[in-house]
Amino acid sequence: MIEIRFHGRGGQGTVVASKILADALAKEGNYVQAYPEFGVERRGAPVFAFIRIDNKPIYDKSKIYNPDHVVVVDPTLVEAIDVTEGLKDGGYIIINSNNPPEHFKFPPKFKVFTIDATEIAVKHRLGTLAAPIVNTAITGAVVKILNLTKLESLVEAIREGIPIKPEDNVKAAIEAYERA
Amino acid sequence: MKKVIMGNHALSYGAMLSRAQVIAAYPITPQTQVVELLSEMCADGTLNAKFIKVESEHSAMAACLGASLAGARTFTATSAQGLALMHEMLHWAAGGRMPVVMGNINRAMAPGWSIWTDQNDSLSERDTGWIQFYCSSNQEVLDTVIQAFKVSEKLMIPSMIILDAFALSHTYEVVEIPEQARVDQFLPPFNPPWRLTPDDPHAFGGLTSPDHYMELRYKLQKDMEKVPALVEETGKEYEKLFGRYLGQVEEYLCADAELVFVTSGTAGYTARVAVDELRQKGIKAGNLRIKLFRPFPFEKVRAILSRVPKVAVLDRNISYGHHGIFYQEVKSALYGQPSAPLVFGFIAGLGGRDITRDSFQEIADYTLSKNKAEEEIVWIGVKK
Repeated sequence: MIEIRFHGRGGQGTVVASKILADALAKEGNYVQAYPEFGVERRGAPVFAFIRIDNKPIYDKSKIYNPDHVVVVDPTLVEAIDVTEGLKDGGYIIINSNNPPEHFKFPPKFKVFTIDATEIAVKHRLGTLAAPIVNTAITGAVVKILNLTKLESLVEAIREGIPIKPEDNVKAAIEAYERA
Repeated sequence: MKKVIMGNHALSYGAMLSRAQVIAAYPITPQTQVVELLSEMCADGTLNAKFIKVESEHSAMAACLGASLAGARTFTATSAQGLALMHEMLHWAAGGRMPVVMGNINRAMAPGWSIWTDQNDSLSERDTGWIQFYCSSNQEVLDTVIQAFKVSEKLMIPSMIILDAFALSHTYEVVEIPEQARVDQFLPPFNPPWRLTPDDPHAFGGLTSPDHYMELRYKLQKDMEKVPALVEETGKEYEKLFGRYLGQVEEYLCADAELVFVTSGTAGYTARVAVDELRQKGIKAGNLRIKLFRPFPFEKVRAILSRVPKVAVLDRNISYGHHGIFYQEVKSALYGQPSAPLVFGFIAGLGGRDITRDSFQEIADYTLSKNKAEEEIVWIGVKK
């Protein structure tokens, strides 16, 4: 079983990112469980989303406390909260940032990856310049770095699950996949 | 077709596939998406149903009852305070023998104001005469809606499908969505033995003198007693068509167990994982998940628990001044049985506090180390 925690801010599409990933994984016959933080969300406030992936039915319905990996959709959260809380040794930290991985000072037991999903989202005109929607680009990078699904499954999931500008979102995901 | 959907939408798809004809509902967190999707389905023609917007949950149920009396298959959904506001109408539904099916998202009752899960909302309606099903997965939610219509309409008793706030309502899982034609094969159109129509005027719910009232209640109880067998029967019929069985309870590794957890809702699935972990440590644990709570599956519970030395009942609810409600029910089922097990009662997870594998480890440690509970209620995870 793989457990992943997403960190974002309300309005960035973090929960949708976990849902799209779940859709892509389900297409390849995986069992998945994806859920948002249990509660109320506010635009701009830190939010969480979680996903469990397994090749057999998932019976554990408790929350994820010790994720295998974390994905940080908003890099300012690295300063604001401890994104490594409960993260397992050897866990990957995937950050949306234009900085190289070395920029982030995490204990060496974790492996850091960065992807400039914001630039990719702006390039493909997703959201606005002030508030680009980076979630689909992020999923492209996550799928590649964690080797979760084939790119085609993700593309299919985006086409089915993103009603606004699906093709631009697909392009963003592919670009992030290739760059990651 | 397999689809990744949230528990709330599993209710919506269940109602859609059951071809609900009238839906009246008032939105409340964490139920809102159930009726959001149904209203979209009604608007775009996916579902040929009348969606009635109302100003309160009391009115929502009242509208459902009118529609049900007129012979329509009706569905609604609510949660916590909304269910409490419906309370009077719940008695009307069961007493008037109107087979409405309703989703209830278990949410803790205020105050303190909460949107998180526990079972006190639905269990407060235990004695209204509704059938109650507690679900543990989104697949089970969808399947149970379809089966509930069949059971309810056969006996003219309403059903409540119950799922945990967030842990199920907002959690996405892979769900097999059955084909409409096969659901139609399983669930024929609603054809009530009587209906409200101007062509054949009748009064419903009129003044009932002491000469007659008690017989109405006697008949309701007698029909309630038929539910367990009918749930078994429709479960088997459903399994033939769709490969999934509903039933009254789910028994997991109980046969040789020295300790059996009695659970419900999402905690009833986490318990299975805890059982696996305990067995790896050499402890013969098992899990009996109660799916049908009203009527209570007395025979199943007796048959399974009578061969077990120790039983730990987990309640995500409390009857203040008494105990956990499932604990009371289990003890009542076992009273006077020749080989009744030692039964321990635990309360956990109120107001959405998480119930984890560790919670079950703690329960197992307590139960296995004692020959009698030191307190009638053992609290798990409470800050004293």
